[in-house]
Amino acid sequence: MKISGYAHKFGDDVSTDIIIPGRFFHLRSNLVELAKHLMEDAMPGFIDKIKRGDFIVGGKNFGCGSSREHAPTIMKIAGIKAVLAKSFARIFFRNAINLGLLVIECDTDGIEDGDYLTIDGDGFIENKRTGKRIEFVPLSPFMKKILEDGGLIEYVKKHKGIYSIFHYLVQK
Amino acid sequence: MTLNQKIISKKAGRPVKEGEIVIVDVDACFLQDGTGPLAIKRLKELEIEKISPPKRSIIFIDHSSPSPNLSLSNDHKLLRDFAGENNIILSDIGEGVCHQRMAEDFVKPADIVIGSDSHSCTLGALGAFATGMGSSDLAVILGLGKTYLKVCEAILVEITGKFSKGVYAKDLILYLIGKIGADGASYKALEFKGCELDMEERLTISNMAIECGAKAGLFPSDEKTREFLKKRKRENDYLPLESDEDAEYVEKINIDASSLVPYISLPHSVDNVFEVSEKEGLKIDQVFIGTCTNGRVSDLGIAAEILKGKKAKTRLLICPASKNVYLSALKEGIIEILIEAGAVILPPGCGPCVGIHQGVLADGEICLSTANRNFKGRMGNPNSEIYLCSPATASASALYGKITDPREIL
Repeated sequence: MKISGYAHKFGDDVSTDIIIPGRFFHLRSNLVELAKHLMEDAMPGFIDKIKRGDFIVGGKNFGCGSSREHAPTIMKIAGIKAVLAKSFARIFFRNAINLGLLVIECDTDGIEDGDYLTIDGDGFIENKRTGKRIEFVPLSPFMKKILEDGGLIEYVKKHKGIYSIFHYLVQK
Repeated sequence: MTLNQKIISKKAGRPVKEGEIVIVDVDACFLQDGTGPLAIKRLKELEIEKISPPKRSIIFIDHSSPSPNLSLSNDHKLLRDFAGENNIILSDIGEGVCHQRMAEDFVKPADIVIGSDSHSCTLGALGAFATGMGSSDLAVILGLGKTYLKVCEAILVEITGKFSKGVYAKDLILYLIGKIGADGASYKALEFKGCELDMEERLTISNMAIECGAKAGLFPSDEKTREFLKKRKRENDYLPLESDEDAEYVEKINIDASSLVPYISLPHSVDNVFEVSEKEGLKIDQVFIGTCTNGRVSDLGIAAEILKGKKAKTRLLICPASKNVYLSALKEGIIEILIEAGAVILPPGCGPCVGIHQGVLADGEICLSTANRNFKGRMGNPNSEIYLCSPATASASALYGKITDPREIL
């Protein structure tokens, strides 16, 4: 698996209140409308700047805060293909995988806003500007399987329940 | 074994190890009006003929309660209809914030509790393994009654000594978060030990475990737990539970409660913690006392003690955590004192904490809040600032219209 796109760089501790503020709470059942406000408090006009297939890049503790799955959901709707960060808050990370949104934990210091990146699912990222490779530890097999199946809902449907998934993994 | 390993092992029917992923039955789960509608959407996508939710499944309408606008009214209707159709308990407007209500009536020690709200870790105060997840996870839990969990490493926090006057559980947890940082316990459980804290104090501490990234914030289940359950007429739900003497922790932190002072968390990060005395005198516009962190009777009681017979110099919003808290505070005369001091009492629920309604700040305004988050934009305006502190610091500061160390008053 290889994907390429432009990086949009943010700092440390990007909270779910930054990704999608509570003042848009009333739009939560209108995800397409909600997506228009993605990251707007951190970068006004962000939704107009991005192209489908781009990446969001953060520092440490990306996605801290709320359990609102709306945060990674609207990233997907907006066309974001992956989120890269030095570390993720647990719930955001789990939500992203559950939705089939690629999340990669890696050293993001060498990535600047606007860099063109190619991500190789086997464990490295190439930065076209610097020519350097950034290595990362691929996801655990369990998380990888959920991601590959297109998220938790698809995974459960495909394997007909969560027990069968467990058995499937044990057998493997 | 650590507390989190013990609870998951019991549920899995075998000893579990840190790092392994297990499938477990969920004892109690809950949704709220922010995450519930999406969970119902995902559940429909699962296409299950007959769902098997945990017996204790509750839907809370607490985040925007009562509804401030049409689209949220429609979301609320969706939740009420879903609860009715599927025999799921509904906790409607005015009943209170999910974490408080779950502690009062639904959670038992050694339970596995999953809430679609990040502060679900609050229930660790009762010796339950409780954590927050997203809407897809809750959809699967409602559909199958099960979830997947990674058994996590734990940090032991040993508390000795007693708080000095003017210092509270909120100060302890702010101190801890300031010490280890907003991601200091990411992917780990915090386990507290050796403390004489009562249940209201434990709930405040467990509530904020997520603010240093923790997956859960667990207390042992002991006589204090039994006392709390007995008061709620649930003594039969009691089960003693503690970690093993030889349990392995990745880190041990000792906190001498008697050495703590009042702390304050500065915008826009919860771990931006200072002693209140260092920030005294800063002018504030609004004080908010309440939420799942500090909206309990003891919190409102301390506010009444400080504000009795006086007038607040700021807007003062008070939100009891539940109807039960509200009624107790009414009976004890606390509410009357607060109203006479200038407080506006909001309906039990989340209040202004999530930035939807009831107390959205103007540009440039500062709110001193007893809630658990001060992220930019949290209270509805990215051009405002939130400071976090204990109800005592909040009340003392309301009295002078500026940040004030409560020890000067008490």
